[in-house]
Amino acid sequence: MNQKKNFVLAAVATMLLSSAAWAETELTVYTAIEAEDLKRYAETFNQDHPDIKLNFIRDSTGVITAKLLAEKDNPQADVVWGLAATSLLVLKSEGMLEAYAPKGADQLKPNFVDTDTPPSWVGMDAWAASICFNTVEGGKLGLTAPKSWKDLTKPEYKGHVVMPNPASSGTGYLDVSSWLQLFGEKDGWTYMDGLHQNVAAYTHSGSKPCKMAAAGETVIGISFEFRAAKSKAEGAPIDIIIPEEGIGWDMEASAIVAGTAKEEAAKTLLDWSVSKKANEMYNVGYAVVAMPGVAKPVPHLPADIEGKMIKNDFEWAANNRNTILEEWTKRYDSKSEPKS
Amino acid sequence: MAMTIDTALPVGRALRLRLDRDELIKRGLMVVIALYLVVALAAPLAIMLSKSFSTYSFDLARFEFQVSDKDGNWSKPTTAEALNKALNAVPPAKLGTNSDGRLQATSFFPDFSFRSPVKYKIRGTTTDAAYLVGLKLQSGTKWQELTSNDFRRVMLRPSRALGLENYVAYFSTPTLFRSIENSVFIAFISTIVTVGLAFGFAYALNRSCMRFKDAFKLVAMVPILVPSLLPGIALIYLFGNQGLLKDLLMGVPIYGPLGIVVGSVFFAFPHAMLIISTALAISDQRHYEAAASLRASSWRTFWTVTIPGARYGLISAAFVVFTLVITDFGLPKVIGGQYNVLAVDIYKQVIGQQNFEMGAVVSVILLVPAIAAFIVDRMVTKKQVALLSARSVPYQPNPNRGFDTLCFAWCSLVAIFILGIMVTSQFAALVKLWPYDLSLSLKHFAFDRMDGGGWGSYYNSIRLAALTAVIGTVIIFVGAYMVEKTDGFRSGRTAFQFLAMLPMAVPGMVLGLAYIFFFNDPANPLHAIYGTMTILVVCTITHFYTVGHLTALTALKQIDQEFEPVAASLKQPFYKLFARVTVPVCLPAILDISIYMFVNAMTTVSAVVFLYSKDTTLASVAVLNMDDAGDVAPAAAMAMMIFYTNAAARLIHMFLSKALIKRTQAWRMR
Repeated sequence: MNQKKNFVLAAVATMLLSSAAWAETELTVYTAIEAEDLKRYAETFNQDHPDIKLNFIRDSTGVITAKLLAEKDNPQADVVWGLAATSLLVLKSEGMLEAYAPKGADQLKPNFVDTDTPPSWVGMDAWAASICFNTVEGGKLGLTAPKSWKDLTKPEYKGHVVMPNPASSGTGYLDVSSWLQLFGEKDGWTYMDGLHQNVAAYTHSGSKPCKMAAAGETVIGISFEFRAAKSKAEGAPIDIIIPEEGIGWDMEASAIVAGTAKEEAAKTLLDWSVSKKANEMYNVGYAVVAMPGVAKPVPHLPADIEGKMIKNDFEWAANNRNTILEEWTKRYDSKSEPKS
Repeated sequence: MAMTIDTALPVGRALRLRLDRDELIKRGLMVVIALYLVVALAAPLAIMLSKSFSTYSFDLARFEFQVSDKDGNWSKPTTAEALNKALNAVPPAKLGTNSDGRLQATSFFPDFSFRSPVKYKIRGTTTDAAYLVGLKLQSGTKWQELTSNDFRRVMLRPSRALGLENYVAYFSTPTLFRSIENSVFIAFISTIVTVGLAFGFAYALNRSCMRFKDAFKLVAMVPILVPSLLPGIALIYLFGNQGLLKDLLMGVPIYGPLGIVVGSVFFAFPHAMLIISTALAISDQRHYEAAASLRASSWRTFWTVTIPGARYGLISAAFVVFTLVITDFGLPKVIGGQYNVLAVDIYKQVIGQQNFEMGAVVSVILLVPAIAAFIVDRMVTKKQVALLSARSVPYQPNPNRGFDTLCFAWCSLVAIFILGIMVTSQFAALVKLWPYDLSLSLKHFAFDRMDGGGWGSYYNSIRLAALTAVIGTVIIFVGAYMVEKTDGFRSGRTAFQFLAMLPMAVPGMVLGLAYIFFFNDPANPLHAIYGTMTILVVCTITHFYTVGHLTALTALKQIDQEFEPVAASLKQPFYKLFARVTVPVCLPAILDISIYMFVNAMTTVSAVVFLYSKDTTLASVAVLNMDDAGDVAPAAAMAMMIFYTNAAARLIHMFLSKALIKRTQAWRMR
């Protein structure tokens, strides 16, 4: 009787032990990837690595970046997978990222990988600035669709343009910094002076201008292209315009958070995140991905996005963010009282 | 004879001892709850506020450079400070910066060219001097040699110190400064409108014999059941550029002050109504009989009996509304247009620019109205006289056709406003693609494809709400009782009262961030609750502490202070009085507090958005995320799901309280 009992106990103990040994590693992943994509990403990853469980903390880019910085002295995240590269640059200059060259990172387009060796972050896919033009409302007002950034300063668009506020939205800063790079510092500010005359509102979120254009709240929304494609797929009467001069862009990127206790699993995730399979997965929503030759056209998106992307100097944009935002706020935010 | 005196004396002493023990227990309980408030509120806030005094500036003495000539001969090491003195390249005013400050090292080398063969060396003179080379963080006193091309990418980083520079910067930036004016203006107008509407409504409910009182009561509480984002979404559907009723505004845009005020009135209305109604609920019939026998007109009676009786509630309500409006960020973010207000400035600083220090400065400025509210509240409380003495006779309104009709009309107007917003939201949740495809569909309710965790979040929200309601009500009511019915211990009670008033003034976002800084510190023994449901419950109770506290106080103030001495003279311990008299008398208020905590826990976003973890995603956060992602209709749909849940909870609560009140409040009827 006693022996039998012991045997059962031993069996239970062995089972417990072995299950502990086989237990999956859990990674805490901070991300700003859209939720509907996130589920798919996790499932695809788990096809190859069923032993690593990904626990996501998902929020908008600003909230996730603020959360990471606030947790700086005691990081909770193991990996950041899918956060704007500009945000990762902030984390990098705080010394919060663990440099690691994922296997196969050399296969990626060079501008999608951090220039340091080993890189602190690797890119996944790009999203680019674009203009959403509501054809129905534009038609009612007799407006023609703009073709370029410069067109937006034409007097006919007065009060019909909405763009994100660079002081509250990363997309807004992307626009401003790209204009300064495209037109040069002096002409860039002159351009924004003109644009400001036509702007009806500066929004706090980057996707909102396009959302407003899709709902007819404004005619022209300066936003980014994959959001626009989503609205268009839902049936909104908008045209997606890629301005002639070239477009600013940012990428979603991944990095290992310095100090993680689960470095092996984190490296596995990063290795996988640059694989061909992962890039094909990104391509479902994004027209431009990090690995060359993978991207297939995405419905509703213009084909020539990658060709129009400017040579974006992320380092310059990160180093000058304070100065540019200060200048922008001084010029436009204090004047932007409601028109009564 | 002498013997009797001897035996009588010890009895007298025993009586006093018994009182002391009561007082000790009361004070002990008060200290425990005060301790809770210190840990859950004061300590995190103190850490957050210390951030507002963290300043950043470039300390040039901390960096040393060497330059080589073409042949590789190094110059003598010079500090950046010495170079700057000689060149005046960076004026002292430009040395102040924020935590993200960067200063290009080449500013100190006027002949710098990235093509030249000249090489540079840099090192810190202290170990913590930090600089970036191509965005990579470096520090230490070891020399680092760089080519011209790499030296171009060297950025000096600022060092931290304590000081008032952030405040100076704030008040010298007109954009930021103007927000104070805007915020106060918005909050002031919203307060007047809301308190006026709410008083009329509460008056009609308590002092008239109009019909459908229960229905009106239900409708009035509806706004509390939905996230504050919802009126913003609904107002845009109604009055936006494509709005159904756009013409009613005659060209005035809904984006801006108008939208914020209308939306604020919507979400603040139930808060004001709850407080004023509690104040009006208990009144002494004898005062009105006295007024009538003195032949005072009903107008005069209103001003001399009703208003003074409800004064405390009115003033509390006004300050609650004022601070609710001034601290809300969801609504102005959605509908504020270019009208900058303080709460949105915090959002811009913290979320947009990750500038925690400046966010903390704006938070400190937002605390000013709360402190003002506290001072005025103290002044009013001193003059407050208990309305319900032990000899009171509860007031019973008499039917009066004209007056009842007027009341009915007033309540109907408010109800139409509230229901209009709700119907619009429901419409927004069902329409396929506003305004181009108006066919109805249920596709926006398929949350599993959306942000925020689908049904899991929904159950988490219910769990959070239930825990918050039960634990929160106990803590709040016991705390309020101890503070109101304790004798002496003045300074302790004042401190407690201040702590209890504080949460109202703290924007949720500030509280949430403060929790990260406080609880995510590995040195904090409470660190373990970070990332759990517990921290969400603690945060939510704290965030909504004030209104519950004020409701409890208003109810408690109406119980005569004589009850305590009477109980003591009957040798009854205070907890018996508490359980047998105080709790039953205050049961309506207690039930109101619990449902208030429940529904707010369901709808709250701003604080918990920083604190939820993978196991504790919440439905309300899902609403915010979906709206942010541009999925307005699904956001409205989820908000309506929260509404239906809250409405169901509220109905259950109503039936429950009806049954309980019938048993405990029979004394109110004659």
